Amino acid sequence: MTAAAITNIKVAGLGGQGVLTATDLIGEVAFRAGRDVKKAEVHGMSQRGGSIESDVRFGPAVLSPMIPEGTVDYGLVFDPGRVEYMKKRLRDEGVLIGPDAVDVGRLADRRSFNVAMLGVLSTHLPFECEFWLRVLRERLPSRLVEANEQAFSLGRSAKG
Amino acid sequence: METRAWLSGNEAVAAGALDAGVTLGTGYPGTPSSEILEALAEFGGTAQWAPNEKVALEVALGVSTGGARGLATMKHVGLNVAADPLFSATHIGATGGLVLAVADDPGMASSQNEQDTRRYAVAAGAPVFEPSDSQEAYAMTRAAFALSEKWRLPFIIRLTTRICHSRTLVERDEPERAPLLGYERQINERVMVPAYARPAHKRLRSKLQSVAEWNNLHGMHRYWKGTGSLGVITSGVATMHVREAAPEASILQIGMTHPLPMRRIMAFLDGVEECVVIEEGDPVLFEALRAAGRPVRGRPDVFRFGELNVDRVRRIIDGETQEPPAETGGKPPQLCPGCPHRAVFQVLSEKACFVTGDIGCYSLGVLPPYEAMDTCACMGASIGMGLGMRRALPDEDARRVVSVIGDSTFVHSGLTGIVDMVYNRPRTGHVVLILDNATTAMTGLQEHPGTGRALDGTPAPKLELERVVEAMGVDRVVILNPSKETDRLRDELTRALASNELTVIITRQPCVLAMKRDRKKESG
Repeated sequence: MTAAAITNIKVAGLGGQGVLTATDLIGEVAFRAGRDVKKAEVHGMSQRGGSIESDVRFGPAVLSPMIPEGTVDYGLVFDPGRVEYMKKRLRDEGVLIGPDAVDVGRLADRRSFNVAMLGVLSTHLPFECEFWLRVLRERLPSRLVEANEQAFSLGRSAKG
Repeated sequence: METRAWLSGNEAVAAGALDAGVTLGTGYPGTPSSEILEALAEFGGTAQWAPNEKVALEVALGVSTGGARGLATMKHVGLNVAADPLFSATHIGATGGLVLAVADDPGMASSQNEQDTRRYAVAAGAPVFEPSDSQEAYAMTRAAFALSEKWRLPFIIRLTTRICHSRTLVERDEPERAPLLGYERQINERVMVPAYARPAHKRLRSKLQSVAEWNNLHGMHRYWKGTGSLGVITSGVATMHVREAAPEASILQIGMTHPLPMRRIMAFLDGVEECVVIEEGDPVLFEALRAAGRPVRGRPDVFRFGELNVDRVRRIIDGETQEPPAETGGKPPQLCPGCPHRAVFQVLSEKACFVTGDIGCYSLGVLPPYEAMDTCACMGASIGMGLGMRRALPDEDARRVVSVIGDSTFVHSGLTGIVDMVYNRPRTGHVVLILDNATTAMTGLQEHPGTGRALDGTPAPKLELERVVEAMGVDRVVILNPSKETDRLRDELTRALASNELTVIITRQPCVLAMKRDRKKESG
């Protein structure tokens, strides 16, 4: 198995921005698509508004749950203060999806920002859109379904 | 039942316990272990929060003594609290399967130290499994229950942060219906008076020999034959880092790391030219192999600290003795906007108190802008340390000492501190602030005996903190809302510090995160 067969996604932001929910959703989509998938995160002190990050890796067979240095394929950054941090972790051809990838003013509900970022990411990944929507509907609170679907399609149409 | 699932290590332990037919899971929340019991309840098992880890392990030992399977969960420092029953539990032995799931926190993402649970396992004589992913966390938990019954010994599952809080695939097997063995009176085996404890110690050592033999022949080890001359001995999540960093190496993952499968290890060592030991936490395997006279290589000092990952493992294998400095930056955690603790630390900061602190969100009171905490050692230490400082300092300084403790921490370990305060009263009196936000906030909003709700949120009898401290003989008990009555808090604190009284001020206001969660629950 070569490391290149693994897709590495890192999400960085602040506690409360939905970082952990975002990696859960990415992982769930990959899981249902039949990939081996691992996700790593750290909770606790970091939850209280501090910086937080979480890794998802998927492919035919994943070993370490944590992404090695400089091998991030897709870096999602929710907090402008973490853009530089993420840039240093990307592969040469890695894709940075920064907080300005989504126009927050056009979100039906600002709480769906993380889902909009997933919309941007989804255009880069080999999973059907319908797959993502099904996971969003099943895994997120029912009262936020419409807001999340709007956010996801806003993200998909954005230039990531 | 859908047998394939994507689970965190904590959820996998819960699933393993449930499928092993566990009768009861009990523990005290502590990052990174807290979600095990929450998952057990969610999956349909029976789980409850104990006031602390000592009680949890005693209850689980009682379940085992009654012939059923019991699970106790805790973080590494929780095992310090449960160490007393652990050492006796290994001597008494289990009847129904008795398993402790203990989560270490290398790197201290949310802890006060990096202690390694395997040291306790060796000291107390408990076998230890170390899973490397959720699948093994599931399988080893199930195996631990069965083997605990076979050898009548408590078993430990040693988890680390990246096992607990990583999600990986799990294939679940058919659930079993654990045998209910019932209670059989064996007082010479269970009553640890010296005459019965002496043979119990011999029994324990003989059981461990027999477990070691099983571990040599069967174990739950894994071996990958490499193409090069290098061998790596590893355990836990480090196994995954090693396999990724050194695919050419021959690798022996030790599944049960106490008692060690020495013959199996020696056979592996005989087949490689050189061997590196890579483990997360203390150099437990390394020291054991060196003590056995094998010239294995360990980690240079810098890699003793913190978590391992693929890059660090690569550097260890390459023989590097330095590593690039860890990147700092990012935003530190802080007390939430609207947090009731903010007003308390504002007042303590204004009054330049000497604050003996405790474990919880309010530890963040040490950070700017308040910097209003002088000590934070372990659960409940705020009260004892405050009393000690009152004894040591001249009166005018002693009158500045305040102990600050949260509601859940108070129930866990603060009660005996109050007893000492009343019994061994300092000349200047003392002041204890109980920051009652009606939840165990830091670990993720768990219930406790003072919230009036059980683990699953259903109503439960409520421990009234004010009645407890009154009954213990405290002179003055004040209850106030710190945000709405900040002036009153300031006045009460001034008065208490000036007097020679024993005062407990309960600052009572719900955690903002808990209120948000409860509103969400109500609105569905």
